[in-house]
Amino acid sequence: MPPEKPLIYPYIPNSAPTAKEAMLREVGARNVDEFYSDIPESLRLKRKMKLPEPLLSEAELIRHVDGLMSRNRSTRETLSFLGAGCYQHQVPAVCDEINSRGEFLTAYAGDPYEDHGRFQALFEYESMMAELLNMDVVNVPNYDGFQAAATSLRMAVRITGRTSVLLPANMGADKLSMVTEYLKPDIAIEQLPFNLQTGLLDLAALETKLSERTAAVYFENPSYLGLIETRPDQISAAAHSAGALCVVGVDPLSLGVIRPPVEYGADIVCGDIQTLGIHMHYGGGHGGFIASDDDPKFVMEFPSRLFGIASTIVAGEYGFGDVAYERTSFALREEGKEWVGTAAALWGITAGVYLALMGPQGMVEIGEGLMQRCRYTMQKISRIPGLRVTFADTLHFTEFVVDFSDTGKSAEAVNRALLERDIFGGKDLSAEFPSLGQSVLFCVSEVHSHADLDRLAAALKEVVQ
Amino acid sequence: MKPVAPKPMPRRFHQARWDEPVIFELSKLGQRGVLLPPVGAAIEREAGNPARALPDAVRRTIPPALPEMSQIHVLRHYARLSQENLGVDLNIDVGQGTCTMKYSPKVNDQLARTPKLTELHPLQDESTAQGILEVMYRLEGMLKEISGMDRVTLQPGAGSSAIYANVCMIRAYHASRGQDKQRDEIITTIFSHPSNAAAAKVAGYKVITLYPDEDGYPDLEALKRAVSDRTAALLITNPEDTGIFNPRIEEFVRVVHAAGGLCSYDQANANGILGITRAREAGFDASHFNLHKTFSTPHGCGGPAAGASCVTGTLVPFLPVPTVEFDGLKYYLDYKRPQSIGKVRPFYGVAPNILRAYAWIMSLGADGLREAAEVAVLNNNYLMKKVLAIRGLSAPYAKGKRRIEQVRYSWEQLTRETGVHSEEIETRAADFGMHYWTSHHPYVVPEPMTLEPTESYSKSDLDEYAAMLKQISEEAYTDPQVIKTAPHNSTVHQTHHEPFDNPDEWAVTWRAYLRKTGQKEG
Repeated sequence: MPPEKPLIYPYIPNSAPTAKEAMLREVGARNVDEFYSDIPESLRLKRKMKLPEPLLSEAELIRHVDGLMSRNRSTRETLSFLGAGCYQHQVPAVCDEINSRGEFLTAYAGDPYEDHGRFQALFEYESMMAELLNMDVVNVPNYDGFQAAATSLRMAVRITGRTSVLLPANMGADKLSMVTEYLKPDIAIEQLPFNLQTGLLDLAALETKLSERTAAVYFENPSYLGLIETRPDQISAAAHSAGALCVVGVDPLSLGVIRPPVEYGADIVCGDIQTLGIHMHYGGGHGGFIASDDDPKFVMEFPSRLFGIASTIVAGEYGFGDVAYERTSFALREEGKEWVGTAAALWGITAGVYLALMGPQGMVEIGEGLMQRCRYTMQKISRIPGLRVTFADTLHFTEFVVDFSDTGKSAEAVNRALLERDIFGGKDLSAEFPSLGQSVLFCVSEVHSHADLDRLAAALKEVVQ
Repeated sequence: MKPVAPKPMPRRFHQARWDEPVIFELSKLGQRGVLLPPVGAAIEREAGNPARALPDAVRRTIPPALPEMSQIHVLRHYARLSQENLGVDLNIDVGQGTCTMKYSPKVNDQLARTPKLTELHPLQDESTAQGILEVMYRLEGMLKEISGMDRVTLQPGAGSSAIYANVCMIRAYHASRGQDKQRDEIITTIFSHPSNAAAAKVAGYKVITLYPDEDGYPDLEALKRAVSDRTAALLITNPEDTGIFNPRIEEFVRVVHAAGGLCSYDQANANGILGITRAREAGFDASHFNLHKTFSTPHGCGGPAAGASCVTGTLVPFLPVPTVEFDGLKYYLDYKRPQSIGKVRPFYGVAPNILRAYAWIMSLGADGLREAAEVAVLNNNYLMKKVLAIRGLSAPYAKGKRRIEQVRYSWEQLTRETGVHSEEIETRAADFGMHYWTSHHPYVVPEPMTLEPTESYSKSDLDEYAAMLKQISEEAYTDPQVIKTAPHNSTVHQTHHEPFDNPDEWAVTWRAYLRKTGQKEG
């Protein structure tokens, strides 16, 4: 038999034996083992790793992965009403075109001279978010909306020098979990209850909970349960009168129609940009934003990169660079503000593309259309005997709670029955918010047609009868 | 016709220079980039227009001043900006040491773009997401084998997030033993990534940083002096950012364990040791990988990335929720973990990168991974040999010894002799279409440069990068002005940096720029 040909890996140019030998010769090494001489024998793995046999060709790999992915059923195939922190919206084709370009996709941490493009694109992202938010400072994206909230609260603690924060009892359990762990060592958390009739925050309780220890009052608008807080100015006024900051979490997609939080008194605004042209990716499409006014007291507390604009030595040319870099952990390690690292820059570029495509008119139209679909669906469902739309008299954005308790069916059973009808129902809230009974959080989107919404209502009617 | 003359080395490059305005300047009143599906008369009739009926306190009266652009103009603007960017696809990306810039296979991008993944909602019924859950389960299995650890969570969004998750688990472990108040110190080394120190600080720890001994190894004696009954953990990178493998790493672990602390291994620099040595054998309780480094997922201009935290049984109870489990028939998410640190991120991790990393490992197997490591190390030692012949450059520490996957070099001599700094070399490199990065702060190595030539580069790629450095060094000695006035062939020219640190002038957004330059009322 002829000797086995050595395997040459397409991703590893120097796996070709001739190249390897030439390089070894040049560095005066007999073999690659020499390079590992610092690694003691006791630490060596003396066997081959136990990994699956490789699929060396693209054809085999694609067949294998396609086989796995075919076991997923996507929201393109099944009508879905899931939201609760991850949202199905139409992603314009140009968003995917831009974020698939190798120049952006495969770049990393280049400086403004070699990667001018990413600096300008991210500066423009910050700038368009700033128009949406009506604030002058927005960061290069951090990991996600959870991190944005947690960091905004830590910023508030550093700015005020106080030690406790008020969090709304109507926030999602997962976000609360992440934020709690993040604030744990030195910041006390108190919960602000919500009114079980309206779903909105209890303002009387707010007054009693505020103290000279309170660094920040945090709330979300729209809230996790889909409600629009209609007295946010009163919440921020109460916070300010106690010397605390007002931190607001917001879905940026709502800001074509809902007032930007700074206009009702927010000092720091944060949230997730997944709704701005980024696919759901099974929860892998998140990016966080934090915004504030252009006050050095706030700016110097951001952990994230902040890309700024400046002139160059050539007239008419824009240059870009890092604003106030000397606050970051890259510059100062543990003396920096929290930490900065690889997070979600490509999603920031994508969200910028989305906002440019949508323009002012698109943002107004999508907000109006979402609220119309939401109200239509709520009304339709509320007419089904036995079903109760919770907080029906409060204003909603895209999500609403339906309580199935009176039907004798559990939220889980309802969702199972919907799935049998090829519908993904909403998020089951029965464990997360036991006070709401057997409730489900439904979410509508501009991808839903009139017929889709009617189909949900008809299916629910069938399921509970 | 005479033959065309041979190409010069390094190549003559000029970056795209579109002189592109800022996007707001491209706005044309009334243009639209996309249209939305109509709501329809039936819905409008029933629902009215609730947005217009919002109370004043929450109703937006003036639409956001976003640009108004037709679709092709948005596309063209961003396509031009993309051309003004390099990346692994375009440049010999060996200049970003510690970041493992390797080829991200296109087939994996294609696989991650399937609507069967992009259009999956994380809360849909597990029975409808068996494919991606299986990928997560299988990738965990692979990373268990590669690290030797007992369980892996793929939830962290990136490497620093994985470091943070490991610190949280360590904190929870000490709390479970009633020692969290007492154990309030974390030890790290200066050549470990800055996030080890920074994440520990956020988690409430006092940070103790060890400096290298004369040979560049972390100082074992200093560690022995630093540990006590206050030690919660050691967070240490190995090989460190110098590319030097710490041969006494087991002893470091023993010293910390003896004091009752835990040890977390930063394996962001694992690309040279795949299949060679693992966190397990070195005795660590936790470790982490960056899927966007060692496991090839693209860096996306700075994310989305993905981190994997690996732990031994000691820390398994504290893993973030949910874990991905398999009961023999189906894959499912397990939230019933009472000692868990909870969530570190929404949902379960950066799924498209989890899929890409899985596909990368599947396309190489155990032999291929080891080949990647060995070639990365060979490339590094080859490049070291080439560049150390360049005037003014040295590789401090471990003289005459081999390195693993990267080297932290020093231009100290060149700076002393010519006045040219590493930062200026960085700017000049842009003229050659190459990325170059100094190093993380602080500059313990003076005038630093860190090169990490992963397995993705050929011998001639490395020769070209070395030729560029050689030319810049020659320029420093003969015509430093050409460096001092660089870039010359880039998208832009030297930028006035002073405003970036001056609150009266800095402008993080276009509106702030207009206000501060008197073009708009503030």
